[in-house]
Amino acid sequence: MKKLLTIFFLMSASTLYAQYPSGETILRKIDLNMTSKTRVFVSKMVIHGRRGTRTIESKSWGQGEEKAFTEYLAPAREKGTKMLKLEDKLWIYSPSTDRIIQISGHMLRQSVMGSDLSYEDFMEDPRLTNLYRADVTGTETVDGRPCWVLELTAKSKDVAYYKRKMWVDEARAVPLREELYAKSGKLLKRAELRDITNIQGRWFPKRIIFKDMMKKGKGTEFIIEKIQFDVRIPPRILTKASLRK
Amino acid sequence: MIRFLLKGLLRDRSRSLFPILVVIAGVSLTVLLHGWITGVIGDMVNSNANFSTGHVKIMTKAYAENEDQMPNDLALLGVDEILTDLRKRYPDMIWVNRIRFGGLLDIPDENRETKTHGPAMGLAVDLLSNKSPEIANLNIEKALVHGRLPEKPGEILISDDFATKLGVSPGESATLLSSTMYGSMAMQNYVIAGTVRFGVRPMDRGAMIVDISDAQLALDMSDASSEILGYLEDHIYDDAKAAEVAMRFNAEFAGSEDEFDPVMLTLREQKDLASYLDMASGMSGILVFVFVLAMSLVLWNAGLIGGLRRYGEVGVRLAIGENKGQVYRSMIYESALIGVIGSVIGTAIGLGISYLIQVKGFDFGSMMKSSTMMLSNVLRTQITSEAYYIGFLPGLFSTVLGTMLSGIGIYKRQTAQLFKELEV
Repeated sequence: MKKLLTIFFLMSASTLYAQYPSGETILRKIDLNMTSKTRVFVSKMVIHGRRGTRTIESKSWGQGEEKAFTEYLAPAREKGTKMLKLEDKLWIYSPSTDRIIQISGHMLRQSVMGSDLSYEDFMEDPRLTNLYRADVTGTETVDGRPCWVLELTAKSKDVAYYKRKMWVDEARAVPLREELYAKSGKLLKRAELRDITNIQGRWFPKRIIFKDMMKKGKGTEFIIEKIQFDVRIPPRILTKASLRK
Repeated sequence: MIRFLLKGLLRDRSRSLFPILVVIAGVSLTVLLHGWITGVIGDMVNSNANFSTGHVKIMTKAYAENEDQMPNDLALLGVDEILTDLRKRYPDMIWVNRIRFGGLLDIPDENRETKTHGPAMGLAVDLLSNKSPEIANLNIEKALVHGRLPEKPGEILISDDFATKLGVSPGESATLLSSTMYGSMAMQNYVIAGTVRFGVRPMDRGAMIVDISDAQLALDMSDASSEILGYLEDHIYDDAKAAEVAMRFNAEFAGSEDEFDPVMLTLREQKDLASYLDMASGMSGILVFVFVLAMSLVLWNAGLIGGLRRYGEVGVRLAIGENKGQVYRSMIYESALIGVIGSVIGTAIGLGISYLIQVKGFDFGSMMKSSTMMLSNVLRTQITSEAYYIGFLPGLFSTVLGTMLSGIGIYKRQTAQLFKELEV
């Protein structure tokens, strides 16, 4: 009888796991939604600090995982500031000083414009399959939608977050909630992905709320106002020459 | 009587030279140790007060909680009004506002792109106004290694080690990349007017000193500051006075839960200095006590040996009819004379060496490469009023006590036995 019960439980467990797609499959689906050959978007970053709220507007151009260019449009103090990422290098241009400064080392961990995002967050390869191995650990409901719960572990040491926990919408293959951890297991950041919209045949979050768990503020909202995927980007935009233009 | 004893001591070197040398050595070491301990503790208090804590410091409650992170988004606002009020209420004290900030100091190449850069620890103080006490507070003129002090807005000082690391000299330009009070990116061009070396490792690693108005402009901190520092009269830290000022100031905001209310902390209440100061002071007390005790034992022993060595002499003196009490007293007077002479010379030597170390100092910079404590690389002794008399404790009292104990034996000697003893 005991043997029978054991076999029964083992079979039910394996059947349960068999219902889950593999972590790798889910990550590949997420990558299909979240990454593209090129993208151009206008966004707003609403930073809820301890002393008030600031809104920063910018326009960004991205090509693959290695090239990205952002120009800040508002407020006046930020207007004209530009940021360029080429592979693993990052430059910032400020019109008030007419200087191009390369950001490296510990500066990459600094907050971008006082937000809950760091330069490192901008630098990281968005294609999850390149960086992480994933295990599906169960299912949960987030905002009324059934989700796979994924635990991601970095393939190499040089990633900003060694572990991630992700709640991925089962039907749309988009993360709805994410927790980012250090190797020590300490929770570093939390993200809520909202307003999932179908754009050019892919599901994409138009509003992401980031919370740096090390900061006391109320988090940063990253709102995408307009986005286009796979459009042609003039090559001059993604070069250092465009920083001073 | 004293003259007679003095002559005796001078003519019989076996009675005077060795005991005086022992007293001189013990007393000078006691004075030197006292000066060294006082100097190290005093230096720690001064360095921290001048560079970091003031005798009292005002910050917002929220800033004070994370002070090490220099969270300028939580800085004090309405600083001009607070300063005017403080100067009116505590006219004997010196009040200054400062901004601390972290950032990247970037040196441009010919295309105005990054040639080299390094993390800077920024300190904004009033460098340009005529009445500013900050040049003296931070001893900037003395710390200047190359170049000159800033004379106009847009000029900065950087630490000499940092300048060497970045490969820049006075006259070259540098760009600060930091965050404004509101979290935006702050970029500002400056000209390096000079390089400084304070002899305080945390400052010499990567300090950048900028005028406070320039920093307020760059960091979007108009009428705002990270902190306001207060210095007591004569620039001497008095914990009781500082605590009283802080108590009166904080009483005004008692009961308020606003995290942006100002709070005043005394030097003791900052950076774990209370426990450190207590420990240092306790340790110094114990060290001096142990040393004085050890020296006392040595000198007491010297007194005892002296007394026993003169066993025969005492016997002869008693045999020729000198009173026991007179012999005993004369020996005590002699040892008191030895103690006084030895203590005076020992104190003079101890003070002399202490003065030399006070002026020259010992450089411990290579041992404090990663230190974050505001402690000078060059440690010095400090001569205080106590140093003039502390040596007399072992020097005079122990010698006399030693002689008094050994001299008790005089009273136990029997006149009838003296000649028998002297025959031997």
